[in-house]
Amino acid sequence: MNRTRVLRLAAWLLALGAAVGVIAHARFSADLSAFLPRAPTATEQQLVDQLQNGLAAHLILIGIEGGSAVERAAAARALTAALSRQSDFLAVNDGDAAGEERDRAFVFAHRYVLSPNVTPDRFSAAGLHAALEDSLDLISSPAGLLAQSLLQSDPTGETLAVIDQLDAGSAPHSTQGVWSSPDERRALLLAETRVSGSDTDGQARALRAIQTAFESAAPQHLRLLLSGPAVFAVSARATIEHEVKRLSILSSAMIVTLLLLVYRSVATLLLGLLPVVSGALAGVAAVALGSGVVHGITLGFGITLIGESVDYSIYLLVQSRRNPQHDSVQVPPRLWRTIGLGMLTSVCGFASLLPSSFPGLAQLGLYSIAGLLAAAAVTRWVLPSLLPRRVRRRDLTPVGRAAARWLSKRHGWGFGLLALGLLNAGFLYSHRERLWNRDLTALSPVSATAQALDGELRAQLGAPDISNLVLISGSDQEAVLQRAERVSQRLDALVASGAIGGYDSPSHYLPSAHTQAARQLSLPDADTLRQRLGTATADLPLRPQALQEFVQAVDRARGAAPIDRAALAQTSMALALDALLWSQANHWHALLPLRANRRTPNGGDIDIARVRAAIADEPAGSTLALNIKQETDALYGSYLREAVRLSVIGFGAIIVLLALVLRTAARVARVIVPLVLAVLVVAATLIASGVPLTILHLIGLLLIVAVGSNYALFFDRRTTDAVDDLPLTLASLLVANATTVIGFGVLASSQVPVLSALGATVAPGALLALWFAALLAPRALFAAAASS
Amino acid sequence: MTPRARAAGVSAALIAIALAAPAVAAPLDELMARLAQRRHGVADFEQTQYLAVLKQPMHSSGVLTYDAPDRLEQRTLKPHVQSMLLDHGMLTLQRGSRQRTLRLQDYPDIAPLIDSVRATLAGDQAALEQRFDLSLDGNLDHWQLQLQPRDPKLAALVRHIRIAGERDAILEVELQQSDGDRSLMSISPRE
Repeated sequence: MNRTRVLRLAAWLLALGAAVGVIAHARFSADLSAFLPRAPTATEQQLVDQLQNGLAAHLILIGIEGGSAVERAAAARALTAALSRQSDFLAVNDGDAAGEERDRAFVFAHRYVLSPNVTPDRFSAAGLHAALEDSLDLISSPAGLLAQSLLQSDPTGETLAVIDQLDAGSAPHSTQGVWSSPDERRALLLAETRVSGSDTDGQARALRAIQTAFESAAPQHLRLLLSGPAVFAVSARATIEHEVKRLSILSSAMIVTLLLLVYRSVATLLLGLLPVVSGALAGVAAVALGSGVVHGITLGFGITLIGESVDYSIYLLVQSRRNPQHDSVQVPPRLWRTIGLGMLTSVCGFASLLPSSFPGLAQLGLYSIAGLLAAAAVTRWVLPSLLPRRVRRRDLTPVGRAAARWLSKRHGWGFGLLALGLLNAGFLYSHRERLWNRDLTALSPVSATAQALDGELRAQLGAPDISNLVLISGSDQEAVLQRAERVSQRLDALVASGAIGGYDSPSHYLPSAHTQAARQLSLPDADTLRQRLGTATADLPLRPQALQEFVQAVDRARGAAPIDRAALAQTSMALALDALLWSQANHWHALLPLRANRRTPNGGDIDIARVRAAIADEPAGSTLALNIKQETDALYGSYLREAVRLSVIGFGAIIVLLALVLRTAARVARVIVPLVLAVLVVAATLIASGVPLTILHLIGLLLIVAVGSNYALFFDRRTTDAVDDLPLTLASLLVANATTVIGFGVLASSQVPVLSALGATVAPGALLALWFAALLAPRALFAAAASS
Repeated sequence: MTPRARAAGVSAALIAIALAAPAVAAPLDELMARLAQRRHGVADFEQTQYLAVLKQPMHSSGVLTYDAPDRLEQRTLKPHVQSMLLDHGMLTLQRGSRQRTLRLQDYPDIAPLIDSVRATLAGDQAALEQRFDLSLDGNLDHWQLQLQPRDPKLAALVRHIRIAGERDAILEVELQQSDGDRSLMSISPRE
């Protein structure tokens, strides 16, 4: 072993050590946010953060099915009791009677500051007359007993006004004293976790706690249903982890078997993995240095992206021979140049991902570039020194020769392929409006069934659905509440006109101090009130003396201290208020979720532009009306457009690179045309089978170009060149191609949309790229190789 | 009254109950079964309420419509037009253009009372017996059903509800509150 070799090995080990050192200090993040759009402006970024960390993200929706209503109610109560004792939960509510009683008592006690009807007019003699007349009418109805019980203490009906405002229409149904679905087949609970929505580990712990408590509290034949952002995050992570594990075991097993058949040596097989392992370490270290945080999912994807580097060692190991005289490895003359150019082509492609504002894509770009450079360098300078002396590789020359013979008999494919390309290009052009899937949920690992269950539980529980909302920000709670009250008035008008079905506002639970004071000032003193009641009841069958309790209640309310957040404690309204009003970093936020009007003919989609117009005179920036799905889809759309643009630029860079190296248009075309054809056929097939392309398909197409360029470059040779190495080259391409098709073919079977999209694009694409490259190579080449 | 006389009185009462009991137990099931067969009914009503808070008794009248098993509409025509619909536990009140919806379950103290007329119309014996002690007087052609609240909270509000009828038709509903207030509704079915 000479000095150069020792130096190279030492440098390699040092670099590996450095990479491991960097990785050991890197921060890893397990969430999926790298593959969710990042908002482009600071305000919208803040908004997305708030929604992710707001209380809606702390809510877990729980359903209990099976058994009888009595059993379900008992299980719900036991579960509530068990979870309430645990520190993981801030609140657990099953709608039990005691809680409802506390809520009613709170509303009744504070009706004069909570009711929107409390105005000076309401308590004038005329206003009181109208209110009392209403109450008397109510008495003669089947609800008369209800009205009667309130007549003496609340003849103006403020308690009912407050209940109306709290959106009684959306409150859950109740069976056996606990919340239930309207068909009474499912008991319902709502739990608020202590950890925020972005802490997936904490959420997983909370979910496990619920499951454990349920198992010990409920009989076996009852089923537990869980939903909410926490459930989605935890199950998405678990699914991806499980799928990645399952798929990588499956594809590794198949690839290792194939390579063992070829290499016939475990040592060689392990050596062949050195470039990949070195590349992966270099990639992770580069991302850690470049962006600080390494996303778990980048690791998973990155490995598949630099799977190309397995090909490098395959090319070397299959094509090389050991020269017994010089104790050195003999490689075909063109090998390093071809691998090097193929690697640079891929780097050009992946470099186009670097400027992406989609955080995951930028990381993948950096990872792939560093990984490929490292893998190619290890293959070139380290691997040959480590090859064992006694080579027990299977000689694949016969396989290559057979392939050459077969290929030498194919002719007339040029025009056929041109026609195929034009056909597919024409098809794609005619579908150009429907090429891309702009719906972000296409990438969601959450199944449609799980999303449907979430919608159902959410509707039955009346939990805030934050798909349409008004978000208010301000410097303090009072300012935010006052603005929420002004916005509420506008929204009331929209409800009256049917533009929206309803809305919720924190000011319904906690009016601003200003409004509370104004309502108190609307109330007359006891003497004045008695006098006005005398006037008001003059022509009514009501005896004013019967209203003593009312006079006293009003008098008490005038002097009562205003209510604050603490006053709501012990009521279920505290939970509702926390969901709609919170502070973060000295800033206060109010959330007003909007409910669609189900009675409208279009079945209730909210026209957010109308809401925007209604609140147009509020200061922009601190009062936003948003349709979250529209916003995220628009954001995703802009990322997609950007990624397409960058890919086209990357493709241009590849052509420039090839033109610089290969120098003639014919040679560039011979490399590029098979890749373009493969991309066109794969894209057209996906579209034709009803799969619009997502950003992951785009990455897949980029990979076809990256992997395929290696294949095509091996066929870039003149017919006058020596052909004795061609059979082995063909054989190594077949082996490399088989590993790629196996790896990505297995990925295509995944249930995770991002993984299957990638697999379904790359597996057929890589196969086609090799096929097309071989068919477009000069036939004379194969004829010579077959006979050599 | 001497102890002996009191004892005699009690015995007489016991004998009366003993004689009446066999005649009553079966007819309650029979009556409920008959009421349950009724799928639809329309009737005029007149209601008089005697309440302490009122200067004089208050009269109202209108139309009742019933559809088995849980839809009851009371349309008041006098003194003011308003309607009240009890449907699947939701109570919808309508006056002019104003509409208000209440859920019975939000008013657990009063819900059984509001629901009692509907449950009687539907012959829903289980629902009635869950909340009230039932006693039936008379025969199936002319009967009087008395509902006595079991729950002390409900009993604090209402002493009894008396429902009188002929065959499968309800003719009178009287509500006697514990505070002395009383309301009486007479019903005349439209044929």
